[in-house]
Amino acid sequence: MSLADAAGILLAFIARLITGAQGHWKGCPPMAEQRIYFANHQSHLDWVLIWAALPHDLRAGTRPIAARDYWTSSRFKQWLTTEVFHAVYVSRQRSDDQDPLEPLVEALKAGDSLVIFPEGTRSLKGDPLPFKSGLYHLAQLFPDVRLIPAWIDNVQRVMPKGEVVPVPILCTVTFGAPLALQPGEEKRDFLERARDAVLELRPPAP
Amino acid sequence: MMTVIDPRHLSVDQQVGLLFVILFGALLLTTAGTTLLALRRGTDSADPRHLRLLRDLRALWVGALVFWVAWVSGPVGATLAFGIFSFLALREFITLAHTRRSDHRSLILAFFIVLPLQYVLVGNRNFDLFTVFIPVYVFLAIPVLSALAGDPERFLERNAKIQWGIMVCVFGLSHAPALLLLEFPRYEGRGAFLVFFLVVVAAVAQIAQELMSRWLRRRPVARHIDRSFSYRAWLAGALAAAVVGLLLFWITPFKAPQALAIAFIAGGAGTLGEFVMKALKKDAGVRFWGNRASITGAVGLLDRVAPLCFAAPVFFHSVRWFFQLRA
Repeated sequence: MSLADAAGILLAFIARLITGAQGHWKGCPPMAEQRIYFANHQSHLDWVLIWAALPHDLRAGTRPIAARDYWTSSRFKQWLTTEVFHAVYVSRQRSDDQDPLEPLVEALKAGDSLVIFPEGTRSLKGDPLPFKSGLYHLAQLFPDVRLIPAWIDNVQRVMPKGEVVPVPILCTVTFGAPLALQPGEEKRDFLERARDAVLELRPPAP
Repeated sequence: MMTVIDPRHLSVDQQVGLLFVILFGALLLTTAGTTLLALRRGTDSADPRHLRLLRDLRALWVGALVFWVAWVSGPVGATLAFGIFSFLALREFITLAHTRRSDHRSLILAFFIVLPLQYVLVGNRNFDLFTVFIPVYVFLAIPVLSALAGDPERFLERNAKIQWGIMVCVFGLSHAPALLLLEFPRYEGRGAFLVFFLVVVAAVAQIAQELMSRWLRRRPVARHIDRSFSYRAWLAGALAAAVVGLLLFWITPFKAPQALAIAFIAGGAGTLGEFVMKALKKDAGVRFWGNRASITGAVGLLDRVAPLCFAAPVFFHSVRWFFQLRA
């Protein structure tokens, strides 16, 4: 076992110790097929939580998206995102000659699964923000890849903004039924439907 | 009791070993019996009574296994094992308590400082400090930290939740390993029997109360909290615990009447504790337990340790007070 594998196992264990990281597979079973998981985004821990909720053998083939400028700024960050999480790097600065989705397209062509947060940024309060169009374009380009909505619950309580030490509080990741782009469906309609699919998985407020 | 081997001629370790053989044997028989019965009757697996019985049985298994691990691993291991249970129970409690952002520092204090310290005190047998550390010092420290966070909204409620969680999940549960380490004159190394006594008595009270409430069909005292709780059923549970305690008096340092009284107190406290926990769950809006839960945080561990959390401190302090133990 390499150091990166050991670090991955340790990280998943810590995530489970702190948050439980329970995966509730409501709409589909965990399976070794190519998928794009899309979820609400409230905290930096979101990715780790989805990753830890996946069965161990699916983790290596499921990759997060990381901002290149931040996650390659130190050797440790680069090692963590490359070796442990196998992240797909994207540039935050838009340049005219490059499509921002290109790294994602390449990863999907290579047969990997992705986890994306279509809100684009963290929504700290209440409902998720409107979805960015990337999900729609990926759905158009890869009709055979399953699109799985997911709702991450409670994670904002584990580590509120500005805190560094996480507090042990149980979190769940609920995975819903796969969503497919309908023939001729408008971009706005599809993104709205995708957002509703994520929202539908939110546990009822007590 | 034993005709072939006289248990009094065995060493302490052998006696405890024998205890485990009997315990796991009985559990195995009960589980097999229940499974066979369910198969023969073809009971619908969704039958709530059957499910509840299975849950009680599972709780017994968990209790027995914890107890075994605690004994096998010695004082350090026992402290550590119960420390982990405390951590998991508190995690579940805090999840259900819906704390606010400004409670973050208080929660860090609770999880990463108070909890380990309490168990270090148990492990070191600092019983005097151990009994006052949380009710006195932490009682002040938590609201101070909370006030420093500068959020006056629902201040009392938020602090009460955290205090309560610490009292039940850390203070209460830490009394179980404390029993293992309590020194009785002429009873050295047999703390495991005392924990066993407590666990058995608490479980018997719970099961007897459940059965009696079904049989008696009394009007529930508080139907919005628990449909099966009635005074008579509670009394029956505590009395059953007392009888079992009396039968087990030979494994404890107590005389027969003392064992009867202490078992009654511990059994009654355990079932009342469970009753209180039900009220708490209703308050938190939890109706289903286990992984079927639709609400984040309901794992069911709290359910299983609740009787112990309430019975252990009452048991420990009655014993310590009654025997004037200064350890």
